[in-house]
Amino acid sequence: MNMHATPTPDTPLLSVRGLTRTYGARIGCADVSFDLWPGEVMGIVGESGSGKSTLLSCMAGHLVPDTGEVLFDMGGTLRDTLTLSEPDRRRLGRTDWAFVHQHARDGLRMGVSAGGNVGERLMAVGARHYGDIRARAADWLDRVEIAADRMDDRPTAFSGGMQQRLQIARNLVTGPRLVFMDEPTGGLDVSVQARLLDLLRGLVREMGLSAIIVTHDLAVVRLLADRLMVMKDGRVVEQGLTDQVLDDPQHGYTQLLVSSVLQV
Amino acid sequence: MTDYNFAYLDEQTKRMIRRAILKALAIPGYQVPFASREMPMPYGWGTGGVQVMAATLVPEDTLKVIDQGADDTTNAVSIRSFFERTAGVAVTEATAEATVIQTRHRIPETPLTEGQILVYQVPIPEPLRFLEPRETETRKMHALEEYGLMHVKLYEDIARHGTIATAYAYPVKVEGRYVMDPSPIPKFDNPKLDSAAIQLFGAGREQRIYALPPHTRVVSLDFEDHPFDPSRADHPCALCGATDSYLDEVITDDAGTRMFLCSDTDYCAGRQAAGHMGAAQAGAA
Ligand SMILES: Nc1ncnc2c1ncn2[C@@H]1O[C@H](COP(=O)(O)OP(=O)(O)O)[C@@H](O)[C@H]1O
Ligand SMILES: [Mg+2]
Repeated sequence: MNMHATPTPDTPLLSVRGLTRTYGARIGCADVSFDLWPGEVMGIVGESGSGKSTLLSCMAGHLVPDTGEVLFDMGGTLRDTLTLSEPDRRRLGRTDWAFVHQHARDGLRMGVSAGGNVGERLMAVGARHYGDIRARAADWLDRVEIAADRMDDRPTAFSGGMQQRLQIARNLVTGPRLVFMDEPTGGLDVSVQARLLDLLRGLVREMGLSAIIVTHDLAVVRLLADRLMVMKDGRVVEQGLTDQVLDDPQHGYTQLLVSSVLQV
Repeated sequence: MTDYNFAYLDEQTKRMIRRAILKALAIPGYQVPFASREMPMPYGWGTGGVQVMAATLVPEDTLKVIDQGADDTTNAVSIRSFFERTAGVAVTEATAEATVIQTRHRIPETPLTEGQILVYQVPIPEPLRFLEPRETETRKMHALEEYGLMHVKLYEDIARHGTIATAYAYPVKVEGRYVMDPSPIPKFDNPKLDSAAIQLFGAGREQRIYALPPHTRVVSLDFEDHPFDPSRADHPCALCGATDSYLDEVITDDAGTRMFLCSDTDYCAGRQAAGHMGAAQAGAA
């Protein structure tokens, strides 16, 4: 008999149901539903303006959707995070959830050292031993390939790629159960992107991360995502296993995306 | 003096300020907004403390005013004479004789007692300001007790200087709830925040009042492996020999001769009157 250390759970980690957000008459995202299972990475792709960021912000609680539910596994039961009290939602945001912004400066404190940036989440959940905080920050800086002697430097002195790696360390240090990422490699040079992707892939595998990654770059989801959702005009037009969707796209729009006819 | 209402402010305004003071006393450490009034002095002179004082004084009070521990600086003298003229109250330099003490930057060395009121002039009431400039966000952080950021500030101190370098306005937690800026007193004074007196904090430009009722638990923030240290200069006072007071370093002649003296002039004078002597006195004797 084959014993698994972690048996396949029968409840998803996250269940999104009928999520809709409009901006006046314009559709941000419309009627999006899907489940994310523990240890799974979901990619969301689509051209600019297709609603990816709106959807991600609604899920992460940064934007209030018009209708829908964002159910999250809290102690074995699915709870609608949209109806949580503000203190509980904010607590979720600094414990079980993490959010990696496209622009590192939106997710970092630029006036605080790299070590302080990584340590903040630890201190936010009650760490009060300087030596421990520093040791854990040092460990995480090492894991994202930031040299130990840069620990007391501010991120303003870092390159774009380093800033993004620092943002990732800052988010992962408390071992979040779910990570939201909005275009984590966007705006970086191609060679820098490749290094960041390798790093992310390593972390995802090593930590068994559950994540939702928004990107317009199919190479990113090819490397990182188990499953894929394709969005167009705020709606999901196709979803499935990443390889299936990319190698055998069913929807005409996905076919255009994959064949690179569309300039995404 | 008859040109003014008692203690300068009109009764309507004083009532509004008293309401803010009562609310502040009911929620120790919480910053209560109030409608700050124009006072006949510049903001830098501590108009918040002056307004709180005006709303607190009664004719029977005896007033003491200190600035950096001294009763005879321009700021202290001006404020004291302002209330002498507008309220006609008795004034004193002796901490033990005062019923109300207005201060900038110090807590008197002589322990305060029940029935006394200490009023602080506060320049910046918000301890989270320097890391989170958005007022909407800092209010939320107070409301939800999200104070991790205060420790980020202390972490940065240690990372940069090897020790918590914050020497003034050292942040405290009040009754296990609100994080509070004790105004720019030296951290040496922090243990005295745990007091038998009523302590009122007024920020004029920022329009905030906060308070510590008597015997409120006030804890200076720190790390387990970098505990709070209310250190003082390692000298006795040159005039009175005190080893338990906060000292100012003073240059006494053109040759740059330096002396350490009590910053609390009343405390120092009291000790000298009682026959205590420091090195400077002993040398002169
Ligand atoms: N703050 C906003 N106000 C008005 N319209 C917006 C706003 N944000 C996004 N939109 C619109 O919503 C749609 C989806 O945008 P967005 O979620 O940013 O897409 P993506 O992240 O895929 O580029 C677009 O039509 C966009 O113009
Ligand atoms: Mg976007």
